[in-house]
Amino acid sequence: MKPDVTSDLTIDPKLDAKIPAGPLAEKWDRHRFDIKLVNPANKKKFEIIVVGTGLAGASAAASLAELGYPVKNFCIQDSPRRAHSIAAQGGINAAKNYANDGDSIRRLFYDTVKGGDFRAREANVYRLAQLSNHIIDHCVSQGIPFARDYGGFLDNRSFGGAQVSRTFYAKGQTGQQLLLGAYGALMRQVAGGMVTLFQRREMMELVVEDGRARGIVTRNLITGEMETHTAHAVVLATGGYGNVFYLSTNAMASNVTAAFRAYKSGAYFANPCFTQIHPTCIPVHGTFQSKLTLMSESLRNDGRVWVPKKPGDNRKPKDIPESERDYYLEAKYPSFGNLVPRDVASRNAKDQCDMDKGVGETRLAVYLDFADAIKRHGEGAIAGKYGNLFQMYEKITGENPYQTPMMIYPAVHYTMGGLWVDYNLMSTIPGLFVLGEANFSDHGANRLGASALMQGLADGYFVIPYTIGGYLAGASFGKTHTGSEAFKTAVNVAEQRVQKLMQVNGRRTVADFHRTLGGILWDHCGMARNEEGLTKAKGMVANLRKEFWEDVYVPGNAADFNQSLENAGRVADFLEFGELMIDDALARRESCGCHFNTAFQTEDNEALRDDENFCHVAAWEYAGDERSPLFHKEPLTFENVALTQRSYK
Amino acid sequence: MTAKTINLTLKVWRQGRGEPIGRLETCRAENISKDMSFLEMIDVVNEQLTKDHQEPIAFDHDCREGICGMCGAVVNGRPHGHERETTLCQLHMRHFSDGDTIVIEPWRARAFPVIKDLVVDRSALDQIIQAGGYISVNTGGAPDANSLPIPKDTADAAFVPAACIGCGACVAACPNASAMLFVGAKVSQLSLLPQGRPEAAKRVSSMVRKMDELGFGNCSNETECEAECPKGISIIQIARMNREFFKARFS
Ligand SMILES: Cc1cc2nc3c(=O)[nH]c(=O)nc-3n(C[C@H](O)[C@H](O)[C@H](O)COP(=O)(O)OP(=O)(O)OC[C@H]3O[C@@H](n4cnc5c(N)ncnc54)[C@H](O)[C@@H]3O)c2cc1C
Ligand code: FES
Repeated sequence: MKPDVTSDLTIDPKLDAKIPAGPLAEKWDRHRFDIKLVNPANKKKFEIIVVGTGLAGASAAASLAELGYPVKNFCIQDSPRRAHSIAAQGGINAAKNYANDGDSIRRLFYDTVKGGDFRAREANVYRLAQLSNHIIDHCVSQGIPFARDYGGFLDNRSFGGAQVSRTFYAKGQTGQQLLLGAYGALMRQVAGGMVTLFQRREMMELVVEDGRARGIVTRNLITGEMETHTAHAVVLATGGYGNVFYLSTNAMASNVTAAFRAYKSGAYFANPCFTQIHPTCIPVHGTFQSKLTLMSESLRNDGRVWVPKKPGDNRKPKDIPESERDYYLEAKYPSFGNLVPRDVASRNAKDQCDMDKGVGETRLAVYLDFADAIKRHGEGAIAGKYGNLFQMYEKITGENPYQTPMMIYPAVHYTMGGLWVDYNLMSTIPGLFVLGEANFSDHGANRLGASALMQGLADGYFVIPYTIGGYLAGASFGKTHTGSEAFKTAVNVAEQRVQKLMQVNGRRTVADFHRTLGGILWDHCGMARNEEGLTKAKGMVANLRKEFWEDVYVPGNAADFNQSLENAGRVADFLEFGELMIDDALARRESCGCHFNTAFQTEDNEALRDDENFCHVAAWEYAGDERSPLFHKEPLTFENVALTQRSYK
Repeated sequence: MTAKTINLTLKVWRQGRGEPIGRLETCRAENISKDMSFLEMIDVVNEQLTKDHQEPIAFDHDCREGICGMCGAVVNGRPHGHERETTLCQLHMRHFSDGDTIVIEPWRARAFPVIKDLVVDRSALDQIIQAGGYISVNTGGAPDANSLPIPKDTADAAFVPAACIGCGACVAACPNASAMLFVGAKVSQLSLLPQGRPEAAKRVSSMVRKMDELGFGNCSNETECEAECPKGISIIQIARMNREFFKARFS
C-alpha cells in the first residue's frame, strides 16, 4: 500500500514550528524574554527524564540539574562516558572568527542552510550559529584541551570544504574531549544528588498520560526487569538511526528504538530518508564485518582520488601507469576537485564502482593516493598532519598508506532525519523534547562536517534549559504514578514484545536479519534511489519483517543479561522503521542533498531540487500497524537567503 | 602466501549472572579471516553458538574503534591482548596463527565484579570521577574562550592524560588492582590547566580517598598499567598526581 501523500494539503496544526516573530537575529533573544520562567523554588518539584548521555543528553542533564531540576538520566552503556559521541573525530564549528578570515554568525548560518540544500528551518539554524560561540567558551572553562597555537590561543582549521577556518578541534579526538567535559559536569551533579543515573538501561516505551509525556518504561539490561519512571517532561537524546543499514560508522548500540517508540506513541517522524553517507571510510572486507571505520575527511586535503580507467582492471595500483588512471573528481569538478561535499564525493565513488572500476578484493573501493603529496611535501610533513590516521588505517587493513594508496569507500555516517520538533525542541507530544542527532532540526538534507557536535551541545547546554521552563511553567499537571493505567499498559506492551521475541524460536540469528535489511536499504535507499528500486525494497522489507517474526531465534532467557535479546528488539524496530524511510524517499519526488532520486538530476548529474513542490519538512504520523503512516508537511519559508542550485564545478 | 583464514581453540571464561565463580570452557573458532578484529572473531563464534542453540559469550563493546573504552578482556594473560597500545576491538586476527589456543578472561579486580562471562561492573570508575574529576563550572557566563591563553606546551601536556578511555585495563593489569593510572590521568589533565588549579588540592584528596574506599589496591610501582594502557598513558601521570597529593596535604 502506498501512502497517500496528496490527501493532506492543509497544514496540520500540530506542526506549528512556533518560530518567534521579529528579525532573524533577534528571534532567540526575544523568545527567551517571552518564555515563562519557573520560580527557582518550584524547580525542585518538576522531575525531568533525560534519555541518553551523549553530547546532547549529558549536557542537557547537567545543565538542567544546575538549574535545580531533579533529573533522571539513562543510557545503554555501562557508563555515560561511552555514548557514541565519544567517537567524533574532526571537530566542532563556531562562528568566532578568530582566524579573521571573514567568518560571522551569518556566514555559519548561511553555509549550514545551503549545505543542507535548503531543507532546514532558517530560525533554528540561525540560533545554532549564535549559540556556537558560547559552546566554545563553556567548553574551555570546563578544561577541554582544544588545540592551541604557539601564542597560547585556540587553533582553528578549515573542515569539510568550508572556505573559512572555523573548526575547533582536539587532535582527532574532539568528540571524546567534549563528551568527557559534559560527562564531568554530569558527574558533578550526580555527586550533588541532583542527577540520578541509570546505566545499562534501555528505554522500551514512552508513557503518555492526558496527552502529555509523563514517563518511560526501561528494561534493566542486567536483570531483564521492566522498570517505570515518572516525570513532568521527557527529553530524548538517543542519537541517530544509521545502524538501520547494519554497517555504518555508528557505535554498535546506536538504534532507533527510543525514537521509534515515541513515534508509535504519537510523535511525528521527520524526513526519515535523509541519511548521510560519508565518502572516506575503510571499505568492507567480508561478511562478518561488524562496523565501518571513518577516516577523517581532512585526508581529502592532500589525497587524490582515482580508479583505473579500464573497467575490470585488477592490476596492483603501482602497476597502473599514470595515463591509465582516472582522477574522476578532479576531472569532473575542476574548481573543488577532491574537496567536493560529502554527498557528491560519495555518489561519484559509487558510480565508478557501478561501472566496474572499483578496486581491491571486493571491487567496492576507490584509491585515495598520497604519493604526490609525499613527493611534494615529504613524508615527514604528511606524517605530521595525518600520522595517527595512517597508523589507524594500517592497524585495520595491514597496509602501509605511505607506500601504497589507501582504499576508501562511502559508509553510512549520520542521520539528518529524526523526530519532528518545534523551535522549542518539543515534539508533537507535549512534554516530549528531542535533542541532538535524534531530532531533525538543523541540517536539512545534508549535514556539514563539524556541525553535529555543535548542534548537540547547543541543544543541551543552551536551548533546553530555557525552553523546558516555558513548558513546565505553562502546563497544568495531574498526578501520575507508576501504577496508573497508562504505565500499566506501557509495561504490558514492552513485556509482550520481549515475550514474543523469545517465543518465535526459529532458525535464523538476529544478525542475519539485520545484515539482510541493511543490504536492501543500502542498495535501494542509499546513495542513489529511484521509484522502481524503492518500491521493490518496500516489499522486500515487509517480507523480511514477516520472516523475522516467524523464524528468528533469540537464545538465552528474558530475565537475564541477554545481548541477543537487546539486539533483537532493536532490529525488530529497524525492520519497521526501514519501511518508513522508504515511504519518505518515495514521497519526496525531487533530489536534494543526500536524497538523490535518479529521476531528478541536472544535466551534470547533480541533485535537482523542486522548490515549488518540495520545499517542506515531511512529517510522518503513525496510524497503526496495519495502516500506512500519514503524511504531513511543514512548509519551509526562506526570507533571508536565496535558494540557489549548489554547484561545485 | 599465507592462508587468509585460521582456526583457533578458545578457552573462554563463562560465568552466569549471580554465579559466584565461573570456569573456562573450550570452543572452536573456525575459518576466521585474518582481517577480522578480535571482537568480530567472537561474533562469529557467537553466531555458531546461537545456531547450535547454546548461549553466546557475553562481552561489552560499542564503538569498535578504540575510543569508547567499553570493550576489554584479558587475552592470554594480557589485558586487551599482546599488541601494544591496542584495545581489544582494534586487535586484529592477523596477529594470531592457525592452530593457536587463546585464553579469554574478564577483568579481575575486587572493585569490578563480574556481571556475566566477560562483562564486569566498572561503575566504580564513575564514582571516582564523581568525587571530583571535573572543573566546577555551571553552564552560562564563561568568558570568551581566548581570554585565557594557555601555552601550547601546557595544553599539549594536558591532552596526553586526557586521552584516557576509562576502560579499566590498568586496574586489570595491576597485581594490586590499583586504579592509580586512571586517577592520575584525570588529576594530571586538570591540574596542568589553569582552569583546574582552584580545585586542585580538594580534587586530588577526594578522588584518592574515593579510590581507596571502593576497594582498589595501592600502587607499588609495578608499572604493569603503563605497559597495558591502550592509549599509552605513562606512570609519569601517577608521579604528577603524587606531587599534587603531597602538595595538598602540606598546604
Ligand atoms: C565516526 C564518527 C565521527 C564523527 N565526527 C564528527 C565530527 O568530527 N564533528 C561533528 O560535528 N560530528 C561528528 N560526528 C557526528 C556526531 O558524533 C553525532 O552526531 C553526535 O555525537 C550525536 O550525539 P547525540 O548526543 O545526539 O547522541 P549519541 O552520542 O549517539 O548518544 C546517544 C545516547 O542515547 C542512549 N540511548 C540510545 N538509545 C537508547 C535507548 N533506547 N534507551 C536508553 N538510552 C538510549 C545511548 O546510550 C547514548 O547515551 C561523527 C560521527 C561518527 C559516527
Ligand atoms: S569497543 Fe570502544 S574501545 Fe573497544
